This record gives sequence, structure tokens and C-alpha cells, in this order.
Amino acid sequence: MPKELWKGNEAIAEAAVRAGLEAYFGYPITPQTEVLEYLSRRMPELGRAFVQAESELGAINMVYGAACTGVRVMSSSSSPGVSLMMEGISYIAGTEVPAVLVNVMRGGPGLGNIAPAQADYNQAVHGGGHGDYQAIVLAPASVQEAIDLTVLSFDLAEKYRSICMVILDGCVGQMMEPAEMPEMKPVHRENWDWNTDAKMGKRERRILSSIYLDPVEEEKMNLRLLNRWRTIEANEVRYKEYFLDDAEIVIIGFGTAGRVALSAVREARAQGIKVGLLRPITVSPFPHKVIDQLAGRVDAFLVTEMNSGQMLEDVRLAVKGRVPVEFYGRMGGVVPFPDEILNEIHRMAKVKLSADVHPRDAWLERMAHV
Amino acid sequence: MLKENLVYDRPEGFTDTPTHYCPGCTHGVAHRLVAEVLEEMGVIDKTIGVAPVGCSVFAYNYFDTDFVEAPHGRAPAMATGIKRVMPDRIVFTYQGDGDLASIGMGEIVHAAARGENITVIFINNANFGMTGGQMAPTTLPGMKTSSSVNGRDVEIQGYPIKVSEMLSTLDGVGYCVRRSLHDPKNIRLAKKAIRMAFETQARGLGFSLVELLSTCPTNWGMTPVNSLKFVEEHMMPFYPLGDYKISDAIKQIKI
Repeated sequence: MPKELWKGNEAIAEAAVRAGLEAYFGYPITPQTEVLEYLSRRMPELGRAFVQAESELGAINMVYGAACTGVRVMSSSSSPGVSLMMEGISYIAGTEVPAVLVNVMRGGPGLGNIAPAQADYNQAVHGGGHGDYQAIVLAPASVQEAIDLTVLSFDLAEKYRSICMVILDGCVGQMMEPAEMPEMKPVHRENWDWNTDAKMGKRERRILSSIYLDPVEEEKMNLRLLNRWRTIEANEVRYKEYFLDDAEIVIIGFGTAGRVALSAVREARAQGIKVGLLRPITVSPFPHKVIDQLAGRVDAFLVTEMNSGQMLEDVRLAVKGRVPVEFYGRMGGVVPFPDEILNEIHRMAKVKLSADVHPRDAWLERMAHV
Repeated sequence: MLKENLVYDRPEGFTDTPTHYCPGCTHGVAHRLVAEVLEEMGVIDKTIGVAPVGCSVFAYNYFDTDFVEAPHGRAPAMATGIKRVMPDRIVFTYQGDGDLASIGMGEIVHAAARGENITVIFINNANFGMTGGQMAPTTLPGMKTSSSVNGRDVEIQGYPIKVSEMLSTLDGVGYCVRRSLHDPKNIRLAKKAIRMAFETQARGLGFSLVELLSTCPTNWGMTPVNSLKFVEEHMMPFYPLGDYKISDAIKQIKI
């Protein structure tokens, strides 16, 4: 397909349609609303289901219901709305049905603002809903990647009967870029052995539920989810490397923060500084292994995020204190400029770094001017 | 040999699982009426049920149809998701008054307003049964519950919600009636209403709901017989039985 100019949110919507989306349920919230608006026209013209729900609670439970029938279904929202959806996410995880949820993140906590942020990393990656479960979480940094990962999210959700989240910040959702759409895939209903689409004279009845009243049975279910997660960790880790071969300093950032960091890395390289970038595509499962390997040969890491250092803790777990891990973040909807990250690279190249101080504490001192 | 004389059997819409309901509770009656209607309409095979949270949380064990189990109050939203992608299936929710009229009020009102082609069986027994008899939105003024121990004081705890009256104001509703399960005559009338509700759905005539005044002997602290009397003497005056909305198209249905 030729490249066209696409807005991130609309590109996600169209990509989902082309991936065989049969039902969309959503609720307006900035900066995600274009997904809803686009699909309010697109889904009916294809004879597919679209409902603007009464709330995010309603939307996610409509997703839950449709997911139980085995069709491709998704919702999208932004941070406060995704908080409301956490009940449904937990039930979807507990019932082991596939569903896709897009979170176009904005500044928080609370009502926050409508500017781009990455402050829902912990909510997406480390739970958010109640109970023991893991979600697959993909983090695009461009409109093209948002398209590709939206398509992938349906495959992963179905393959593992899992919730799959695509988290992007308002930047990627709102900006326009040239991007290539995949071919239209016809809607295809798989012959699952678990979905509740009514017996129709063909089989015994099925029940889909997240209830395991006997604690031993619930624990077995927890173990089943955990074992499935280990398979996901072994097979589905995705990331992108930039200039890592001879890098002495490695920046780690996802989504827009990773993309801004790449500009800084290119500039630093032009100045002769050996710096590279690792950009996780799957923030869950997290690319622990590659960071573990890098920690054995590089001098230091710099984690950049549009939050207070949430992924930072996962990086530190992988690095295990072997080399210094520094942090640079902007919060509340502020997007860092490449210059700010370049300054951090210059500082790290100059001063002797310590692994003893918590990187967030050191960063807070440097942020005192804000 | 006795088959010809058999006048009462488990309906085909039921599984063989015995229910967990307390003695004297009318959930079993309501379940049976639904199962009989599904059998008589020949739709067991294409029905998907949505169970609530509350005493009827295990409803999925008793009906011989596909079933899903919703979060508390969200059954109408789940049913919407199912029905929208499977419009040729029969989709029903079975919800109590805590589930439907308290935590799930948003979901039920909007499912009704959208005219979702689903059927809702609404059990009104004036309290939260499963958690041990707390005050529900439907608890009568002055009625004692474990969370309104001196009787519901409407000055402090507000007024009960009349669900059928309220939902019948919405244009998306095709069929909305209140019946009672306190005696055989009313049970037969309730079954007719349940049949009409499912017929409404089968014909795509909009949202259908049957509210059933029900007993909760255990949490009311009454014998089963006194509970039935309580429904007649105290609940029916406050929650009048009746046809709150039957659209013209549905009035013409002959069964």
C-alpha cells in the first residue's frame, strides 16, 4: 500500500478495522476521541458493531461480553477513562478472553490535563486491576508503529487469550505522519474451543466466568496464567536498538520519550559521544534480558520517561547495580526536548557517576529549577 | 410407562444441578419460569445468559445454555456486547436489585435507552441477599435490614427506586412489566410476562424487562409462608403490579 498522511488516533482505528475488528465500544475522552469518532462512521458502513457507551465502565464490559463470543473487539480511552476500565480488565484477565485496549495517555493523576504523558506505565505493566494477572503491553513511538502494533495486538490477544494494551502518549495519538496501512483483512470467526456463542445444536454448553470459589482451583488458575506469561516472556519480547554496537552510554526510553531521545543520540553521535538507544516495543513483557546483557558491557544507562521514573525500576532490576543508572523525566504532560536529553548525555560523559544514589533522587535535585 | 401421566418435570432449559437457594426463596421459581419459556420457544440452543453478582451469581450452573458471569451490575453492558456481535442469538440477563438498581443503575438505564434487544429478568426482593440482607435501593421505607437496623429512614437513607416505572419512560423500552411470585396465579402471570419479554427480543422489538417481586425468607427473618404474605401485604402496595410499558407492536403478538 502507498504511504498516506494519517493522524495517530485515526490510524489506530483504521488499522484495527483492517485487522478484522468486529466490535468497538468506547467513550469520548481527550486525547483519544478521534478513535471513537472515526469508528462511529467506519464500523457501521462495514456492518460491524459500534456503541458509544454510557461510561468507560459500560464500554469495557461491552468489550468483555463481545470478547466472550470470540470475536475481535477493542476499546480505547485515555488515562482517567482507563482507570475506570480496570475492573473490566481484571475480569477479562480472570476469564481468559482476548481483548485489545488502547490507552492514549495524558497528564495525571486525577483529571490532570490533556497533554501527552507516560504516567500510566505502572498501571498497564504492573497491574492496575485487582488480582494476579499480567497484560501484554505494546508502546508505539510513531504513527506507523501504532498501526503495526494495533494489528499485532489482536494476534497476541488471541494467541494467548489475554488482554493486550497499546499504550501511547497524546503525541503519537494526535500527530500526523506518512504511514502505510496494511491490506484489509476479512472478518474471520475462529472456531475456538472456549467461546460462548451459544450451543447452536453443535456442542455442550459453555460457561465463561472469572469465579473460582475453591481457593485451590483459583490458585491453579493463577498458575495457568503465570505459566502462560512465561511463554509470552520467552516469545514476545520486542524492542528496537539504535547505535548499540559500540555504545558506552545506553539510553532506554519507550514511545515518544524514546523517540525524543533518538534525536539526542544522533546529535551526541555527531559530536563523537558513544551513546546508543534501546527502545522497548513491548514494555510488558519487559526486555530484561537485553538490558541484562548490555549491563555487562556498557558504562552507564540513562532512562528517559514522561513520568517520574516508572520503567526506571524495571531497568534497575535488570541492571542489578552493576553500572550506574541515571534518570531524566518530565511529568504532568511536559514533553522533553532533545536538548534536555543531550545535556544529560554531556553530563554523564563528563562527571564520574555513582550507583549509590537513587537515580530519582539525583534527578529531583537537578530538577530543582522547575 | 408413566411417561404419559407425567405432569411435572424439570424443564429442558435446566441442567441437573440442584440450586443453592435457601428454602422458600423464589429465585428457583423465577429460574424455572425462564427455563420453561426458553424450552417452549425452542431457543435453548441459541441462548446466551448473563449472570449477575448476588444470590443468583451461580445462575450459570442451572440453565442448559451458554452463560457468562458479569461483574457486579454490568450484566446489561456485557449483554449489549454479546447481542451486538450475535444479533441472531437470544441474550438475557438475570439480575437482583442490588446488582441492577444500585451498582448497575447506569448500565441498565442506558441499555434500556438504547433499546438493546435483550431481555432482563429483574428480581426485586428488597435487599442485598448474598451479602446477608443489607439495605438495597428497593428496600421499603421503614423496613429493617442489617444495614438499616432501625428501619429504612427515608430522611436519612433516601427513598426506594421503582425500577419498572422509571425504565418505562424510556423510548428504547418495548416491554416493561412488574409481576409477583407470591402465589400460583401470579406465578402463571409472571411466566406469561417472561414469555412476552423473550418474544419481544425474538422479534427485535426493543428492550424487555420483567420485574419480579420475590421473597428472601432468610434475610427477612420470616418463614417462607410469611414471606409470601409480606410480598402481598407490603411489597405489592408499594410496588404495584402492572404493565408499565408494552409497545403497540408487542401488544399484537399472539402466542
